[in-house]
Amino acid sequence: MADEWPLFEVFIRSRSGLEHKHVGSLHAADARMAVEHARDVYTRRQEGVSIWVVRSADIIASDPAEADALFEPARDKVYRHPTFYAIPDEVKNL
Amino acid sequence: MSTTPAPAILPRGGDPALDEARCRYVLRLADTSLVLGQRLSEWIGHGPALEEDLGLANLALDLIGQARLLLTYAGELEGRGRDEDALAFLRDAPEFLNLTLAEQPNGDFGQTIVRQWLIDTWQLEIYQALSVLPDTRLAAIAAKALRETRYHYRFSCGWLVRLGDGTEESQRRVQRALDDLWRFTPELFTPDDVDERLSLAGLAPALRELAPQWSLRVAEDLAAARLQRPPDRPHPWQGKRGVHSEHLGHLLSVMQHLPRTYPGAHW
Repeated sequence: MADEWPLFEVFIRSRSGLEHKHVGSLHAADARMAVEHARDVYTRRQEGVSIWVVRSADIIASDPAEADALFEPARDKVYRHPTFYAIPDEVKNL
Repeated sequence: MSTTPAPAILPRGGDPALDEARCRYVLRLADTSLVLGQRLSEWIGHGPALEEDLGLANLALDLIGQARLLLTYAGELEGRGRDEDALAFLRDAPEFLNLTLAEQPNGDFGQTIVRQWLIDTWQLEIYQALSVLPDTRLAAIAAKALRETRYHYRFSCGWLVRLGDGTEESQRRVQRALDDLWRFTPELFTPDDVDERLSLAGLAPALRELAPQWSLRVAEDLAAARLQRPPDRPHPWQGKRGVHSEHLGHLLSVMQHLPRTYPGAHW
């Protein structure tokens, strides 16, 4: 039966204020079932306070074959890193 | 005079007959959750998909968790020193007071869902009512169980509608399961002397008053699932009085095998 169900990607927000993070994927017949499955599969140990799911087929991904063209040009431009700023201690999760 | 709040109802209140009724009442709730949880755990490794396997296991764990709290409380009401383990593993079938419906076999996935949905809708009414009654210990357990039951109901009702309003085969199978299991439903809301005594004492809801709300919810769900409500029949089932179908003994023999064979075993 699972073979016939489409694949969904699951994103969990671990607590309020943080972003949703990709945690994995699962099979479900539709969006509602995907949220319930995500709850059952990925939040059994209190991992989250919010769930997003999206059909894997709806994600548009970069082509690994183009990785050189996409990412290589950034390698020698270290001046783009904001490493010259002192980050205040109060700032968390930056 | 201090202004401390009214004390919670103590485990034993001084009226032996009422204490015994309270113990039996809590045991019925406990055993229904325990037996259903044990049944659901039989699905582990056999679910129709990995995700459903985990979903059913989560339900089973919730139910067994409810049973632990309720059995502990029942043991205190009984006052004979039996703890949750003694009550779960060292009683025989005639001492179990679960609803007959809870012990029915898993059958196919549709049958498991219909059984689950019927008990979820029953527990929703019972736990909701108990959560505001003056037995604060039982009210706290009911409030916790109610949150879990709301999810169980979401799960079982969701599947009832999917299967009922699904393919020709899923519709046929789930209707057959409903026709088969419906005969156990009169027991859910037919009060006996224990129910009456607790209801009169204000410690349990009046079952006849809860029945119409349950009936309404069931009718709505069945309509959404395109299923036919089977005719009501007089009920000979008395699981909550300890008179069970042939299935409970087999379930207990599996559940109790290890603690009875190796008393006091730890892992």
